[in-house]
Amino acid sequence: MSNLAVNAADRERLLAAYPEVFHRSVMQRWGLVVAAVAVFLYLAFCFSFFNVIPTFVNGNWDRAAIYLQDWYSWRAQPRLRFQNGEVVPQWTSRGQYPDGAAIDWLKPASNGGYTVIFGSDDRLDVTPSQVDVYIDGKLYPVAIKGDRAILPAGAPARMVQDGNKVNVRFGFAGQAEIRNSQVYVQRRFLGWANFFFDTQSPFWGRSVTSVAGLMLFGERLDPSQSNASLALDNFLNNSSWQHGDILSKLMQTLVMAFVGTLFATLIAFPLAFVAARNITTSRPMNWGMKRFFDFLRSIDMLIWALFFTRAFGPGPLPGIAAIFFTDTGALGKVYSEALENVDDKQREGVKSVGAAPVIVQRYGVVPQVLPIFISQSLYFWESNTRSATAIGAVGAGGIGLKLLESMKTNADWDKVAYMVLLILLVVFVFDNLSNALRSRVMGKKGH
Amino acid sequence: MAHVAEPAQYSGLQESSRTILDHYQQQVRTRRIYTVVSIVVFLIVLGASLDFANEANSGKFFERLPYFFDFLKSFVPNSPLEIFRAMFDLPSPYADGSIKFDYTSDRVWITDSFYIPNFFYQLAITINIAIVSTILGATGAFLLCFFASTNLVGAGLTRWVVRRIMEILRAFPEIVVAGLLAAILSIGPIAAIIAVSIHTIGALGKLFFEVVENADMKPDEGLRASGASWLERVRFAILPQVLPNFVSYTLLRTEINVRASTIIGAVGGGGIGEVFSLSIGRDHAAKTYAIIILLLITVICVDQFSAWLRRRLIGKQSFEFGRGAA
Repeated sequence: MSNLAVNAADRERLLAAYPEVFHRSVMQRWGLVVAAVAVFLYLAFCFSFFNVIPTFVNGNWDRAAIYLQDWYSWRAQPRLRFQNGEVVPQWTSRGQYPDGAAIDWLKPASNGGYTVIFGSDDRLDVTPSQVDVYIDGKLYPVAIKGDRAILPAGAPARMVQDGNKVNVRFGFAGQAEIRNSQVYVQRRFLGWANFFFDTQSPFWGRSVTSVAGLMLFGERLDPSQSNASLALDNFLNNSSWQHGDILSKLMQTLVMAFVGTLFATLIAFPLAFVAARNITTSRPMNWGMKRFFDFLRSIDMLIWALFFTRAFGPGPLPGIAAIFFTDTGALGKVYSEALENVDDKQREGVKSVGAAPVIVQRYGVVPQVLPIFISQSLYFWESNTRSATAIGAVGAGGIGLKLLESMKTNADWDKVAYMVLLILLVVFVFDNLSNALRSRVMGKKGH
Repeated sequence: MAHVAEPAQYSGLQESSRTILDHYQQQVRTRRIYTVVSIVVFLIVLGASLDFANEANSGKFFERLPYFFDFLKSFVPNSPLEIFRAMFDLPSPYADGSIKFDYTSDRVWITDSFYIPNFFYQLAITINIAIVSTILGATGAFLLCFFASTNLVGAGLTRWVVRRIMEILRAFPEIVVAGLLAAILSIGPIAAIIAVSIHTIGALGKLFFEVVENADMKPDEGLRASGASWLERVRFAILPQVLPNFVSYTLLRTEINVRASTIIGAVGGGGIGEVFSLSIGRDHAAKTYAIIILLLITVICVDQFSAWLRRRLIGKQSFEFGRGAA
């Protein structure tokens, strides 16, 4: 280790030479600590103000797991009802299988019962009088007597008696509720059920190659149209995924952002010339226009959106109007600031050859600011593509409203995941598009 | 290029100058054609978009336009004073037992004799949501940004992963996070806080790492030469340079988050957004105008305060309009 000892003379010299290092003010020394403590106290206050602990304790955490699993997997939920000594499977309206389909995990048994397979060693043999539960290959018979199902002695922790019913959990593969009148089965599979074709479609349940073969070479399933157009039609009108509807709603959101930003750009462009002090010399006009921009900008996009939704009804029009009003203000402010920073020499040059005022702006100012204007508009377009989703959710329509509706049912999380993926994809594409356009407009230096 | 007849503009020009003029005019013509073509394409896209928007809307633009002014006419409070009564929860002379004129029952009582008007209380919730989520988001972005900058971790896997994480956090729709959490935690401000924080991490993280990448690396080299560890280099070489910019961006983000938390509130996150969407949906004119005025004042105050603070912190250059970063 080197010797870092400093002798007295050096010490005095250093102290005198660098007072700002050795004699810092109280604020410099303790400012960060004070700020950190203040932030911490504030967070602690908010922690109690927002009731964080009770909210988290009262959260539906068991449902949270199900909702999250729904993003990437799907549940088949048949009820195996006991009717006249027989077992009859009954599907909800969201049934993922057509009537009479052969299902490889739900098979009728020879004795009139049904076998539900959850895994190689896990299954249920359901009969009206007894349900044989196999967990890891071991048999636990659940007898059904009178109005209750009875948990056998020595059952593992995955089987629980809950009042009159017995619950069996098979982990990810699913669960079953055994009651005296029915067995309610939930069987979970990875992936999204019937993503391409619903059960009404003739293409349902076919492999990719078989569908492709039918589309290319097969005989017409519907004599009025080719198989490819039938497949496209079936895909877009898929009743459980509603691809056509979702894509059209996504398009609405994109149109909102595009048209809103474009109109805002077109209107803000001339107004910014009025607001710029070096171009319009009238102070009251400058001031009035700038306050007008502030007014448009400060009324939140939300307020405009709700306002126009009340006026025009839900749909892309209020979204366009909301983006247009807010961004006219915001772009006007940015544009007028850019105009106030232009180089005056070019204007003087054009003026000196006797050009009319409009021509002076056209050739002396616009070439300087146009790249900045376009680049800013592209930024706004990019950010509006994202905010149009939120605007839609408050009532302006588009994919935002669709998302909100799907979330409210609490059963369509797979559809939510699908829409989120679409939104992420679109946002990435548009980010890159606007980045590419911007770097072309601005040249290499970027902005 | 051969010239059959000499136009007037060529008179007095040498052969080489003519070629230059020819080329120039050729370029101008090409450029004009490009301009016209792109304007036409643009107009077609715009027309198609407008038509699509009008078709998709539940009310058609020109059909609804007359009713738009009807709506404005019907949306007038009984008297201008009503707006202030609604704002401060004072009893209304028009009270007829309906909630439209019932301002007093929403009072938030702090002590037996002192109350906060409901809209002010809701506004406080919204602002607190914005501030808390900015603090949480900025902390997250601060911790992540150093792992995303090329000058500190190289161009390897770490940088790639961290940048993709930030992109996803940024682009993930806030309302989905809020909706999912509202389904789990029940509707309320916590869902809004987490949703806005997550977005803030992504948005600020990007700005932060760009600042870090532009930092002067000489202090870093000095520390590296004296054998400082990675953490020490970040703390003593990078941090002092980037902190003012970080604070400036965080303040800018606070402005944006006040707006964002209002919107999230309207879709079920609580706060002023929810109250606003209820009152405009139920045609309560006085309440709606009261909230608009409150929101307007709040947004202007927050903007001005943060602009002033940013100017004090890093001078005039910080006074940029950072909307594009949203």
